[in-house]
Amino acid sequence: MFKLRNQELIILIVTVVIFAGFSVFLDKFFSTGNLLTLMRSVSILGILSIAMAVVVISKGIDLSLIATLAVGTALASVLSSADVLPSIDLPFIYAVILGFIFTAILCAMTGILVAYWDMASVFVTLAMAGVIYGLGRTLFIRDELNYLPEDAAWLEYLGRGQLFGVPMPIICFLMLAIIMHLLLTKTTFGKFVYSIGDSGLAARTAGVPVRPILVMIFILAGTVAYFAGLLTAGAISSINTRMVAGSMIYDVLLVVVVGGIGLSGGKGGMHNVILGTLLIGTLLNGMVIMDISFIVQNLIKGIILLLAIMTDTLLNPRDEQTTQQGDI
Amino acid sequence: MKFKALKLIIAVVAMLLPLNAQAEKMGIADPARDKYYSALEGKKVAFVPLAMGFDLTEGWYAGMKKALEPLGVEMILRDPNWSADAGSKAISSLISEKPDAIVVHNPDVQTYAKLLRKAEKAGIHVVQVNMKSAFPTDAFVGADWIEIGELVTQKVIDQCGAGTSQKIAIVQGVLTAAASAYQLRGVSNILEKNPNIKVVSNQAADWDSTKARAITETTLQQHPDLCGIVGFWDGMDIGTGAAVKEAGMHEKVFLATSGGGGKTGCDNLKNDIFDVFVSYDVPGQARDLSNVVKSLLQSGNKPGKAGKVSLFTQLQTLTKDNMASYMGSGACWTVESLASN
Repeated sequence: MFKLRNQELIILIVTVVIFAGFSVFLDKFFSTGNLLTLMRSVSILGILSIAMAVVVISKGIDLSLIATLAVGTALASVLSSADVLPSIDLPFIYAVILGFIFTAILCAMTGILVAYWDMASVFVTLAMAGVIYGLGRTLFIRDELNYLPEDAAWLEYLGRGQLFGVPMPIICFLMLAIIMHLLLTKTTFGKFVYSIGDSGLAARTAGVPVRPILVMIFILAGTVAYFAGLLTAGAISSINTRMVAGSMIYDVLLVVVVGGIGLSGGKGGMHNVILGTLLIGTLLNGMVIMDISFIVQNLIKGIILLLAIMTDTLLNPRDEQTTQQGDI
Repeated sequence: MKFKALKLIIAVVAMLLPLNAQAEKMGIADPARDKYYSALEGKKVAFVPLAMGFDLTEGWYAGMKKALEPLGVEMILRDPNWSADAGSKAISSLISEKPDAIVVHNPDVQTYAKLLRKAEKAGIHVVQVNMKSAFPTDAFVGADWIEIGELVTQKVIDQCGAGTSQKIAIVQGVLTAAASAYQLRGVSNILEKNPNIKVVSNQAADWDSTKARAITETTLQQHPDLCGIVGFWDGMDIGTGAAVKEAGMHEKVFLATSGGGGKTGCDNLKNDIFDVFVSYDVPGQARDLSNVVKSLLQSGNKPGKAGKVSLFTQLQTLTKDNMASYMGSGACWTVESLASN
């Protein structure tokens, strides 16, 4: 089912080597407990990378994912919190639906700007990240740190519960990866996504409704990010909108690029996301076990991102076609 | 002639007498009272926090507003939303607007130092809150971070004496943030005196609860016999505590942290997320801030000319059992409670 390209093979080998090395040299690295912790700590990152992957496959990029995640989730928790709307006393589940509508509308706007206004997604989403955060914070969310209401127990189960000893976020990540894999490989929508990523112009000539599909892609990505936000909140019973200013979006890009989804679009799939997530998870986990300082950890992550992009360029050299269409 | 004049005076006095008796005041007048009100009436005080929207800055601002606005002081708020650059611009523009005082929350010791000197030269009183700049101004109000680091570490070490594994972990904030760096000095002051304690993990979680959670999970896997964790901020350590609790180890692993002493911190003590919560008493700090501003505006001193004062906050060491007794002195506050009553 998965044809491994050269790049994926390299990443797979690197992951296996690092994993084997840590298992031999790091005490207690290779234990069921630690491996579950490893997977659990990157499962949210993995879910976000699923969202990013779909956009990147269509030759776009979405830098507003973290803003969508944080603002959508914070909005849901604010709407149902007793302090804000004491008169209504909105059940959390309705607040979650309202949060979804809010994110879907804003993501549709992003998609429309990219698809119908013909703007580069990197700039649109960079600007939209600010718009989403600003709108959310000015209109609805007074505090950065927002606690979940009492009736969010089901979400806390998703965020920190276990099923047969496996933490729920891991199960959510894998389920979502399977659903997205089916969507990308078995449906017309998925075929359109790849064809747009390959060449938007050719896709349009062939009769693919490029613009509506692009809008749908951004809504889909935003929805997945919103789900990741709900899981984050479930895990620590709160959501902090300050994460918008953090470096998480680069970690997401790191997973996607390291996993081998080419930035020139039209390539890769969910197996790349899982591979990338595993590699980053292994590295992060190993570095914490070795107690490596934060600055050195960032240095290592930066070098790996550079190496991955260099490999990407080496294995997918620029030809006439990519030069004409440019990168994302 | 003389007699007539005398009669007239008597008549006038007689007319005034009952009136006088009616308007006669009881008690005595305070001669300094008017001076206090006139010194504050119409004054402008600007507040430049790191960002609004979190418990510390919301608490200070609400407290200052409540204390100063009824006296006719106009409060100006400039929110740079975590950007030191935006903060510098805000202070620069304030210098030309010339409020009577600026209350500033420094992002680090260097960034605002020159601007604060400039502000005082321009005749604006500068009060620094919780984070000191390298340039000392009229007043500093805030926590002694080194003391907090020492206190929190000592609380953890008290639980990790002989007979335990004596292994502890440290969850820092952002490495470059002075609040984190000073606390670390406090931590190492105590560790020097306790060579038996082994620090098995010393990681920066970036003030981010999700990162703190992931780091702590890994540390607990690696060291299931961990004895205690030194946390640097309650907002981040809800993640640390969640990881400990989820691993079912909150009975064994002692988590101490610090913060503004708000209701959410107290809730986390109640829910066994934290074991010790050192509070720097935001309601108390807000009152200190307001009073320092009041005294500076009354003093008549030129900004930066009189002696520079530091008011370190009296810390409150809260636990699940003792927090009720601290509630009377401001612990477990909410922004609403600071803004109203």
